This record gives sequence, C-alpha cells and structure tokens, in this order.
Amino acid sequence: MASDDAAQVVLRLDSITKRFGKLVANDAVSLSLREGEVIALLGENGAGKTTLMNILFGQYTADEGNVEVFGQALPPGNPRAALDAGVGMVHQHFTLADNMTVLENVILGTQPLLAPRLDRGAARAKLEKLAQDFGLQVHPDAKVGSLTVGERQRVEILKALYRDARILILDEPTAVLTPQETEDLFATLRKAIKLGLSVVFISHKLHEVMAISDRVLILRHGRLVAERPIAEVDKETLASLMVGADVAAPTVAPGQPGEVLMRMDAVTTPARGNAPGLADVSLALHAGQIVGLAGVSGNGQGALADLIGGLIAPAEGRMELDGAPLDTWSPRAAVQSGIARIPEDRHKTGTIAEFDLTENAILETYAQPPYSRSGLMNWGRAEAFTREIIETYDVRCPGPGTRIRLLSGGNMQKLILGRVLEAGPRIILANQPVRGLDIGAVNYVHGQLLAARDRGAAVLLISEDLDEIMALSDVIHVISEGRLSPGFARGSVTPAELGVWMAGQGFEKEAEHAS
Amino acid sequence: MRLEPVANPSLWRATVPPAIAIGSTVVIASLLAMAAGANPFSVIGLILKGAFGSKFALLETLNRATPLIFTGLAVAVAFRARLWNIGAEAQLYAGALMTVVLGTGMLQWGAFALLPALALASMLAGALVLLVPALLKVRFGVDEVVTTLLFNFIFLLFISMLLEGPLKDPMGMGWPKSERLVAEARLPRIVEGLRLHWGFALALIAAVVVWVIERRTTLGYEMRAVGLNREAAGFAGIPVNAVLIKTALLSGGLAALAGFSEVAGLKGNLTLDLSPGYGYTGIVVAMLALLNPLAVVAAALFVAGIFVGADSMSRAVGVPSYLADIMLATALLLMVVAILLTRFRVVRE
Repeated sequence: MASDDAAQVVLRLDSITKRFGKLVANDAVSLSLREGEVIALLGENGAGKTTLMNILFGQYTADEGNVEVFGQALPPGNPRAALDAGVGMVHQHFTLADNMTVLENVILGTQPLLAPRLDRGAARAKLEKLAQDFGLQVHPDAKVGSLTVGERQRVEILKALYRDARILILDEPTAVLTPQETEDLFATLRKAIKLGLSVVFISHKLHEVMAISDRVLILRHGRLVAERPIAEVDKETLASLMVGADVAAPTVAPGQPGEVLMRMDAVTTPARGNAPGLADVSLALHAGQIVGLAGVSGNGQGALADLIGGLIAPAEGRMELDGAPLDTWSPRAAVQSGIARIPEDRHKTGTIAEFDLTENAILETYAQPPYSRSGLMNWGRAEAFTREIIETYDVRCPGPGTRIRLLSGGNMQKLILGRVLEAGPRIILANQPVRGLDIGAVNYVHGQLLAARDRGAAVLLISEDLDEIMALSDVIHVISEGRLSPGFARGSVTPAELGVWMAGQGFEKEAEHAS
Repeated sequence: MRLEPVANPSLWRATVPPAIAIGSTVVIASLLAMAAGANPFSVIGLILKGAFGSKFALLETLNRATPLIFTGLAVAVAFRARLWNIGAEAQLYAGALMTVVLGTGMLQWGAFALLPALALASMLAGALVLLVPALLKVRFGVDEVVTTLLFNFIFLLFISMLLEGPLKDPMGMGWPKSERLVAEARLPRIVEGLRLHWGFALALIAAVVVWVIERRTTLGYEMRAVGLNREAAGFAGIPVNAVLIKTALLSGGLAALAGFSEVAGLKGNLTLDLSPGYGYTGIVVAMLALLNPLAVVAAALFVAGIFVGADSMSRAVGVPSYLADIMLATALLLMVVAILLTRFRVVRE
C-alpha cells in the first residue's frame, strides 16, 4: 500500500495463501495495519476471515506468504510467538475457565506451571490498572461462571491486554452482545486506540464496521477484493462488494394478521443446565404474522423452540393448537400438525452430516407414503422430491446423492427450508434461520419466510440479531431469563428500548406497575 | 501434525492403505514365525494352504466362517445404530440352548417344520437376551457396553449350571453336555458327501437380508439415522428408543442363529466349548467389514481362514497356533489405521 509509510506499520501480512484440500481458504491475501488504527475484515461466512486471523495468531500455518509483527517475521504455527510479539486474539467462542475467578483466568498461562505460589498481588494491581485505563469494569475475584456474556468478553480482552498485546484481533465480537454492550465495547476500543493499540475487527455486520473502523478490507472466496477508507464507502457499497453483486433487501410490507393458530397461556418449563426454562410465558401466534423474539442467547429461546418443536411439553400452563389443548406432544406430532421447524443448529440437529441430500430431505416425513409403504422405502420418490427442492429452492450441489456435510451453510439451510416449506406449513418456527449465512442466502431465507407469512402462515422468528428482528417482525417480544416482554408492534419501539428489555430491566418495572 | 477429512477419496487412497495393512500383517506374522524358529515363507504358505489349499481345507474354512458371519452381522447391525452389543457370545449360547431344549425330542415334527421352528425360536431367545440391556439403556441410561459384556459371563455360567443339571445327558458318562438333537433337527449338508451344512447358506441369506433391511426398509433408514446423529434423528421425529429396541431384537436374533447353526449343523449337542469366542470375534469381523453386511461375509472368510490355516500350520511346523490370534489382532489394528488414512489425510503443521 502506498500509504504504509505514513505511520508505523505494526502488522503486515504478505500474500498469505492457505489451502484445505481443494478449497483455497486464503488466496494471496496481503494487508497491513498501522499503529492506532482499526481495520475491519468484512466478508461472508466462509470468505476466509477467521482462517486468515488463525494464521496470524499461529494456529494454522500458511502454505505461502509470511507474517510480520513490528517489522519482525513471525515463526509460523506458533501461537506463543504471536502472543510474545504482542498479538492478542479474542475468539468468537470464549476460552475461559468457568470455575476460576477473573484474576485466575487472566494470569492463567502467564506464570510458570511449577511456581510454588502464584504472584497474585502484582497481577491484581496490573489487572486493576488495565481495567481502569480501558474502562473494562469487572470484579477480579468474581467467578467467570457467574458473569454475563458481555463481562466474559471484557475478561477475554483484559487477558490479551494483560499479556501486553499491542494488536487486538476481535473475531465477531458483537455476535453475542446486546446493543448497549456493543456500544460499551466500541468505547473500550476507542480508548485502546488512543493508547496506541491497533485493532483488527472481524464482522459481517455492516453498521458496526461503519461505526468503528478506519479502513475496511473485504474478503470474498478467500481473496481480498477491495480495500477502502471507511469515509469513502456506505453500507450499500460494502454489501455489494461483499457478495459481488448488488443485493436487494426484501421490502417488507406489514402482515395481515388472521386467527390465532397457536396459543400459550402461562407456560413454564424446567431450566436446562445454565439456560433458564420458560417462566410464565403467554404468547399467541396469528396467521399471516411474523412474531420476532429478540434476546441475548441462552435466555430461554431454546426452551421456547423445543416447546413449539415438540421436544418438550409444558410443565405448567396451557398450550393450544387451533383452539384445542395439546395432550400428546412430540416432534412427529408437531410436524403432522403443520409446524415447520427450522432448527437453530443445522449441523447438529437439522441435518445428518453423513446422509446424502435425499436422506436428509425426508428426515421428517420418511415414515409416510409415498416414501414408506409397508415398511419399505421408495427411494425413487424421495429422490424426485429432493430434486424438486434443489430446483425450487436453488440448492447448489452436485446432486441429490451428495453427502450434506459437503454443502455450504447457505445451501444446507435451503434444503432444510425446502424440507419444511414444501408441505405448506401453517406455523413456522425459525430459530436463528440466517445465522452464519452470507447476505445472498440471508435475503433468500427472509424472502421465503415473508412469502410464507403472506400465504397465511404464522411465523415465530427467534434471532439474536436485532436488525433482523426489526426488519421482519410484525410484533416483537423480548425474552430475558425465560420471561417474555409485552409485544411491540412494528415501528413502535427503538433498538435502545428493546436493549433495556434484553438486559432484563423492563420486567421489574412491569412488575411494579402490576403491584 | 493434524488430520483433515478427505471429501472424495480417490481409488488409490481407498485401496492402498488396506492393502498395506494386510501386507504388514503378513510381515509381522513372518517375523514372529522366525522368532519361533521356523522359515517365515513356509509358515505363511502353510497357513494359506491350510486355509484354502484343498477341498477339505476350504470346506473347513467355510464351516468356521459360518458362525462368524452371523455374529459379525449381529455386531454390524447393532453398531450401525450405535448400540454397542458386546454380548453376541451370550446371544449365541441362547440360540444354542433353545435349539437343544426344543430339538432333543420335545418337538416331534418333520425336518421341514422343525428346522424353521428351531431357527425362529433361537432368534427369539437371542433377541430376549439383548432386550434386557437395551431396555436398561433406554429406560435408565445404563451403559450397554458394560451390561452386554457382563451378560456373557452370566449366561455362560447359566449354561454350565444347566449342563450339570436338568440338561445333562444321562448317557454322557458324566460329561457336562446335553443330549443329542433328534435327526429331524439336524441341518443337512448342502451337497451330499461334502462336509458343509445349510447353516452356511443361511448365513449368506442373512447377510443379503440384513443388507436389504439397511438399504431398503424404513427400519434400516431409522437405524442408520439414529446411529449417525441421535440428536438430529430425535429432532426430526424418529422414535429413537423404539429404533434401538428393534435393533437390539434383530442383532440378538442374528447372533443366536450362530448358536443354532453350530448345534444343528455341526455339533449336534450343546457343550460349554461350543464357541471359542465367536461372539467376540464377531466384533473383529464387523469392524473389518466397516459394518457393511455384505463385506461381513468376506471378513468372516478372512478371519476363519487365518484360524484354520494357523491350526494346520501349527501341526506341520510346530509354531504355536496362537500366531492366528496375533495375526488377527494385528490385522484389526492396522486396518483401523488404514481406514483412518482412507478417510483423512495427515497434514504436517
């Protein structure tokens, strides 16, 4: 880059190439980061962002190219060398020990294993100073297991800072945060930049990239396709650079709510592990309406999804389908009642990786004719059905006999969509339907949900992405610790207001009003 | 060093590692034969000759393969659904027990009615033996590896008790053995004059039937789904527990056919040495066959050939026939590595 010499370059990647088998994850990617700068790495899922950062951090070895930190070449494949050189990485999935305190987590690995005792005093002083300087308030003696997701992320950042990181890599840091927590994170990053740190921010959320970065680099199919100062681009340009074509966002007309198809009345379910169950939840799903469920993950969304999907039954309270109370409830009963279920984890629960497309396409309906008659499978009919899905839902694949694990996330999701929508469902449970998908696939999935709504289906959309919820929903509820907020009509609520509910604060006020 | 999955293994990748595994097994066996003071080439030659070298040897190998096909199928079916049936030995004895209980005079039928009845009753007995651990698993989450394994010992002691008591042959000179089957309960030879009984044909039919069940029936689809991803199967509405129970019944029934076939086709009565561990060797057979029912036949012939050949070699040159056990264990371990290499490539970091 011509402007490299303008300020000190702290990090330089030089034509990094990384192949996984035939897949080229990074194709001659070069980038440089200057002191006090935030660069954003933007790209669809599978564009190669995380691979590139894992190479930088020494978790992968590049097939070609090299990494320089503060002018020194970094030995490949050695995370410790990267740490020692001042590179700190905050992963998408946290790497903290729940049963240890914040302080213990931060010093873990920094002191010799066989030291007679940990030097906590000095460590505590350093940690407290860092927390002060960067505005990262956490209690050093709190157990990590008791912290919120936002606080855990602060601990991860402190961990990197404690090791004197001068370059911070944040891999999709906002995916798990409420809007307020995201603002706090950005404030911290701004302080860090003032103190001379440099940041690589990985994301596929355009407005965040616009808000925090100085420069944006766009990866597509492993290649660096564009590099722009943030002042010279807008969101639309970024989006089209990211997917390589201008993307039409679905224009959402309000739904025409009809009769109630499913109703829950004061439903309670037991807690599961760390996640709360539902607490006294009442909810009605109307035909022709999208109900959006916002909330930070792990606040009871799983319980609600399992309840509607037939995996659990209410412990207390009533659940009605078409005005009739549910007595026997199972996944098969849910499917046969016309409930389309798009599961949260398409790899673990939505599909069977080693099954081919055909076997996956009939996973919910295999026991009925025409696929099964007197105990025998009719694979011809199953394959014809699969070809129909491939055609109608534009599933890119070599054919129905391909094992589904070889498909990209977007194509896998299209197959699931086809599987559940071809039956013409009346209720659709969409749990994180676009998580990890690229913009093209996201728009496709959203378009299908809206089309189903307009055909008169009741849709429950569960998402951690507030933009998605606000764009599609006719009514928005917030879930927090298993409790459901009142419904807000489209356009009657701001993200900040929803954020208050997501943080669990509106409920107390509501309770006060009630008393 | 890391392992990366290979999306579409080439023909080379799919065939060379298993071939090397077999070759290495032979080399290791040769080294051991040398250590025992014999010429390795003649030892390997004698094993091959003893297993396949003559009509007599070949028939002996086929006879020995018959119970291994049944137990191999039993294990393959169960493992396909991730039901870890280590108890094929007990199920085999359950089948044998049912055969002698009903076939020593209790049922006075003609052979065309009696033999199918004995086979079905044996299957029922084997199915019931595996039903208990399967129910414990789905109802209480009891690990079936432990229960099925321990059941082997319980059942063998139970047989021992019966052979010392109610089932003891009064004419048996005090030996713990049952009375002999009536003539109608004996499986005839496939070709008169050749020492090979219909149990072998039944085993081949069973392999084809199991293959059809896995590929063409609804139950087979359910079994494979439950085995590959229990969570997704349950989410989709497949009745996971019911599938596990059905799998257990099928697996137990197949293993019991090994007992039926050994008693009705070969031995004619029940003794405590009816099976030299066919139930356990069935696990080796199923693993070597990658759980494919048709490949189970080939794997059973391979394993039986090594045993029969090693016996004959041992008599000829005095190298202990335990060499067969070592060869089998080596072949299994190397084959597991070879299979890994066909599915993954090693990447140097």
